[in-house]
Amino acid sequence: MPIFQKTFRGGVHPADGKEYARNVPYSTYLPKGDLVFPLNQHIGKPARPLVQKGDTVLAGQIIAEADGFVSANIASSCSGKVKGVENRRTVAGTAAPCIVIENDGAYTMAEGVGNETDEASLTGREILDRVKAAGIIGLGGAGFPTHVKLAPKNAEAIRYVIANGAECEPYITCDDQLMRTQAQEIVKGLKIMLRLFPKAEGVVIIEENKPEAIRAMEEACRGEEKVRVQAVRTKYPQGGERAVLSVVAGKHLKLGMLPADVGCVVDNVATVRAIYRAVCKSEPLMERGFTVSGDGVERPCNLMVRIGTSFSEVLQAAGGFRKGADVQKLICGGPMMGLALSSLQVPICKNNNALTVLTLDEAALGEKQKTSCLRCGRCNQVCPLGLTPQMMAQAAERKDYGRYEKKLYGLECIACGSCTYICPAKRPLMQLFKQAKAEIMAAKRK
Amino acid sequence: MQEIIIATFVVGVVGLLIGAALVAAGKKFYVEADEREAAVRASLPGNNCGGCGYAGCDAVAAAIVNGEAEITVCPVCSSQAVEEIGAIMGVDAGETLRRVALVKCAGTCDKTSPKCSYTGIRDCRAAVLSGLSLWECDYGCLGFGSCVEACAFDAIRVKDGVAFADPEKCTGCGRCAAVCPKQLIELVPADQKLAVRCSNRDRGPEVKKVCSAGCLGCRICEKQCEHGAILVENNLARIDGALCTGCGTCMEKCPVHVISGI
Repeated sequence: MPIFQKTFRGGVHPADGKEYARNVPYSTYLPKGDLVFPLNQHIGKPARPLVQKGDTVLAGQIIAEADGFVSANIASSCSGKVKGVENRRTVAGTAAPCIVIENDGAYTMAEGVGNETDEASLTGREILDRVKAAGIIGLGGAGFPTHVKLAPKNAEAIRYVIANGAECEPYITCDDQLMRTQAQEIVKGLKIMLRLFPKAEGVVIIEENKPEAIRAMEEACRGEEKVRVQAVRTKYPQGGERAVLSVVAGKHLKLGMLPADVGCVVDNVATVRAIYRAVCKSEPLMERGFTVSGDGVERPCNLMVRIGTSFSEVLQAAGGFRKGADVQKLICGGPMMGLALSSLQVPICKNNNALTVLTLDEAALGEKQKTSCLRCGRCNQVCPLGLTPQMMAQAAERKDYGRYEKKLYGLECIACGSCTYICPAKRPLMQLFKQAKAEIMAAKRK
Repeated sequence: MQEIIIATFVVGVVGLLIGAALVAAGKKFYVEADEREAAVRASLPGNNCGGCGYAGCDAVAAAIVNGEAEITVCPVCSSQAVEEIGAIMGVDAGETLRRVALVKCAGTCDKTSPKCSYTGIRDCRAAVLSGLSLWECDYGCLGFGSCVEACAFDAIRVKDGVAFADPEKCTGCGRCAAVCPKQLIELVPADQKLAVRCSNRDRGPEVKKVCSAGCLGCRICEKQCEHGAILVENNLARIDGALCTGCGTCMEKCPVHVISGI
């Protein structure tokens, strides 16, 4: 193993907080309360509901189907009765149409779920159809429908299929545990993906702060010709798509390019495992790995949760708030890119990977009073995309969106939060950029 | 002497030639200027507020003269100014309706309470994007004053956590309504007497939990109104300004006093 692993330009080193849950193995949590399935859990058009109030559904049954090409099916993760299709609060803060299912607690499986199939007997088309039917989307966070990602214009031109296990976000350890315990399934999933891309090589990317996961994946890859593990330096945001590509393909994506343009397909390790289970076990996406962590939780842990479970129930499964803890902040996801929650009565979607509970010490609320920009330029140094957050912030504050978009390429910002983390003046840069992006996109839609 | 004559002659001929060229160019490149445009521009308020959707008052004056826009396009113009523009354009101005902004929320700090402590950018649009519900009521005014920033006429202020539009100063340009991420601001006729200052579309018991000034959708006002000016839809009462006489019966009967004068 080389002393210095490969890495990307820019990035920061936040305290990773992974010690809370990294060595806690998965336990399965079966929810008791109602399950809520937002129709828009993915990027693209919301799914179209297939069930009505009063219908009986089984676990694994498709309850909403993809409405258009960039859209995804949604499977019920429990058996029970449909309470209705109604507006419920989601993580994003707005009320959105959701299918609500009254859980009967039996978890009766729908017919055909769990049937073993040998992937060698399937054609590429059939593999894609199974991925699409299972409603798999990018489980890393963005939630892009996987069947769209796996069908680029030119499959011959793809040279690398990358399973992204970098998991750079602080506190989150669910992918780490998944790689340690389900390495075989991840490798099998990667091999299924390689069937679609004849000239490609499979690479598993893991940050070097997860030595157990690296060992487990290397063990699973032994004897495989086209699959290898690549350790990378521990730095945030190594798990970002562009950071992964610059390590594996040695190429910096130019602005506006997609991974397929440099011959790569990147998917999270959890997505790769879901592909294996969908293709070989006919299992739709019903559950996912989920970390409940932070210094405000009684028992930080990694759970296999059913999609649609409410955050409050998952918190209870982790023992609730730690006794005596002054809990100040609840975050869906990790502290760098996650969304703060004002209520735990929201459902876990396919692309939510963690609940982070922070106390006053760790969240340091109220102290982060912003001051004027010092023009120190640290944000420019750490931006993994090579943008200039300092100038973008000026343009965004003046609402000079023409300059923001055309001259400073502000729409390329991936909202990783590195600039906000490093800023000594505590300026809310990422929030400014999110607002600017939202307003530019809203003006474009008009 | 001869040199002087030659010089005078040359200069004279050159002058004549240039004069002729200028006359020809003037004829060829003549741009027909419409003096009505300048006159219309003079009648417009000249704030360049953009409420009409055009790029400033010059642009809208040109649009009116070219017939692209109605003479009533400017939401800020007084009825007198519209009449002037009508006279210039030779169009009957007709009845114009002055509109004013109405913020449909009365949930001040003493009526509802904050749900979380928000430390981000103090701008309503940025706060909405964070996904947090800052107040117990999800529908109400956030109070960071994006509308105040947008107003070119200093007509809207935030007081006790809720924006309030001054009907005297408001010109009805609608810019505040366009920026409000909660869609709380509506333009109502300036002569409307009463209004329901709430936008919560939840059912009564839920509203009661989150705000003591929220419309419960109890329909008492709808039943009491003799003029049929109130309609309760989606658990929210709404007053039709054209029918309301301002008698005040609804205001007296409303159990939560959410109906008040404009």
